[in-house]
Amino acid sequence: MSSFLSVRDLKVHFPTVDGVVMATDGLSFELQRGKTLGIVGESGSGKSVSSSAILGLHRKSSAIVSGEIWLDGVDLLQISDEEMRRRRGKDVAMIFQDPLSAMHPYYTVGNQIAEAYLVHNNVSKKAAKKRAIEMLDRVGIPQPDRRVDDYPHQFSGGMRQRAMIAMGLINNPSLLIADEPTTALDVTVQAQILDLLQDLQKEFDSAVMIITHDLGVVAEMADDVLVMYAGRAVEYGKCKEILTHPEMPYTWGLLSSVPDVTGDTSAKLIPIPGNPPSLLNPPSGCAFHPRCTHMDKVPGDLCRTEMPELVPGVSAGEHLKRCHLANPDEIYATEILPEIAPELVEEK
Amino acid sequence: MQWTDFLKGVVQGREYPNDPELKKKAPELIANCPAPCFGYSVVNQTTVNTEIKEAFPVTFSIALAALIMWLAGGVFFGVIAAVKKGTLLDRGIVAGALVFYAFPAFFIGVFLLKFFAIKWQLVAIPEYVPIADGFGLWLQGLLLPGLTLALLYMAGYIRMTRAFVLESMSEDYVRTARAKGLKSRRVLVKHSMRAALTPLVTLVGLDFAALMGGAIITETVFNYNGLGKLAFDANTTYDLPTIIGLVILLGTFVIVANIIVDVLYAVIDPRVRVG
Repeated sequence: MSSFLSVRDLKVHFPTVDGVVMATDGLSFELQRGKTLGIVGESGSGKSVSSSAILGLHRKSSAIVSGEIWLDGVDLLQISDEEMRRRRGKDVAMIFQDPLSAMHPYYTVGNQIAEAYLVHNNVSKKAAKKRAIEMLDRVGIPQPDRRVDDYPHQFSGGMRQRAMIAMGLINNPSLLIADEPTTALDVTVQAQILDLLQDLQKEFDSAVMIITHDLGVVAEMADDVLVMYAGRAVEYGKCKEILTHPEMPYTWGLLSSVPDVTGDTSAKLIPIPGNPPSLLNPPSGCAFHPRCTHMDKVPGDLCRTEMPELVPGVSAGEHLKRCHLANPDEIYATEILPEIAPELVEEK
Repeated sequence: MQWTDFLKGVVQGREYPNDPELKKKAPELIANCPAPCFGYSVVNQTTVNTEIKEAFPVTFSIALAALIMWLAGGVFFGVIAAVKKGTLLDRGIVAGALVFYAFPAFFIGVFLLKFFAIKWQLVAIPEYVPIADGFGLWLQGLLLPGLTLALLYMAGYIRMTRAFVLESMSEDYVRTARAKGLKSRRVLVKHSMRAALTPLVTLVGLDFAALMGGAIITETVFNYNGLGKLAFDANTTYDLPTIIGLVILLGTFVIVANIIVDVLYAVIDPRVRVG
């Protein structure tokens, strides 16, 4: 174990009057410096809740966080609140989804970026502002010395997200968590932002966690992929491996839901039926079984009665899956792939 | 029908005073009354402008004293309740605010007067002293009437400040501020409370304007000759010119307060500014 970030059995539970909401239930993963982990899942699968836990953003009064989060040899769940605060924004930084609501409308962009620098560095306000201008320049904002005094509403969506990135990276954090950084942006701007993130990651040698439901973003950015469902990892492994040999019906469903603009138009978009399960009252056995179309291929009533373990998949390579199916690779090759990418099958 | 005939009808037989001196003086008073002149009050035998000029400082002083007290208390307790949400302290503050909210001004006013001033003699019996006669005396005179009004308004402001601060604490930008590693006090003051300021300013503007029209009950309880008492007396004596003057004045206060609030929006919120 010499991983830079190592999360073990992370649980985030929210006690409510109706019962305990298990937003994240036993999540484990590792991440090295300079590498990118993509966390994929539907809304409400526990992606954002888990990353907020790494930053220590959950209020003790409303959430119970347990497990271990080792960052560079320190368990972030064991240190004091004050110690965690000092690391927040300095060692671990986060970029949020919607930059318009994530920036305070009453303060200038420069003020908000400089604030992140001032709190962790003993410098004058003037020096902090200079540093903010440098960062704005670095993330590609034109005329940064003039735009630094603008308010967030005077920026375009892409520029706001660049400013958010500048804010996140101003202290050279070793771990950057990007929570759906491109969801609120135009497609053309998305590509620019992703490029920028990759450049900056190389420059600072940061570890990056990118949370998204866009498999295109994952394919572009990630080294490893963690697919989450109902607060648990259902598939975890190398990005290429997961995208080419997925072994869990939920991942198949995600892949089937991605439109392909270049491919065969006969390829179908197949949505996953149903809705994500209630985290208050999760289904028995495999949490995905009520929506799974391959349950009949598992003998007995295993899917309904027993939660599958996260175990190595049938194909080679580092690849973990949580599914009872015995021959997922065959099913994928014969049933799923012809539906979503017929041209790939013909090549074979 | 002439305007003057109408007035005569309403004042029901009240004539210009029989005193020949005053009878001569009345037209002169009106002639010398600066525009806009609200007319002559037969009941009080002076121009309405003079009445307002005398009563206004009293009302303004009370309203100002009340405003400072209720804002300080309302924001202070409201923020504490928001930060300590769900604790016993929060519940205590909200419950206390509810109790005061339910008490009418005449009860609180008479209670303070009877116990604090008369029975226990903690403070002198309140009496309005112009600020020119001494700042300390002026303040002393404002303590009880100010407190009466402040307690009433404070209750509402505690609950609203609590709601506004709680609402802003769940905003995305407050989470961003926390993610930067700011100290929780700075997150609260710079990010949460600043956002809660806009709706508070709106309320303060309107409430202060309404109070400037005179706190009728409070002024009557403490026997302060402010605009409220003037309005009350004018109503009971059918003193129509005074009533008209006061209504116009109160309307003006509300309009002016609205304009000031609108200008303040631009100061608080950069999105409102033009250009």
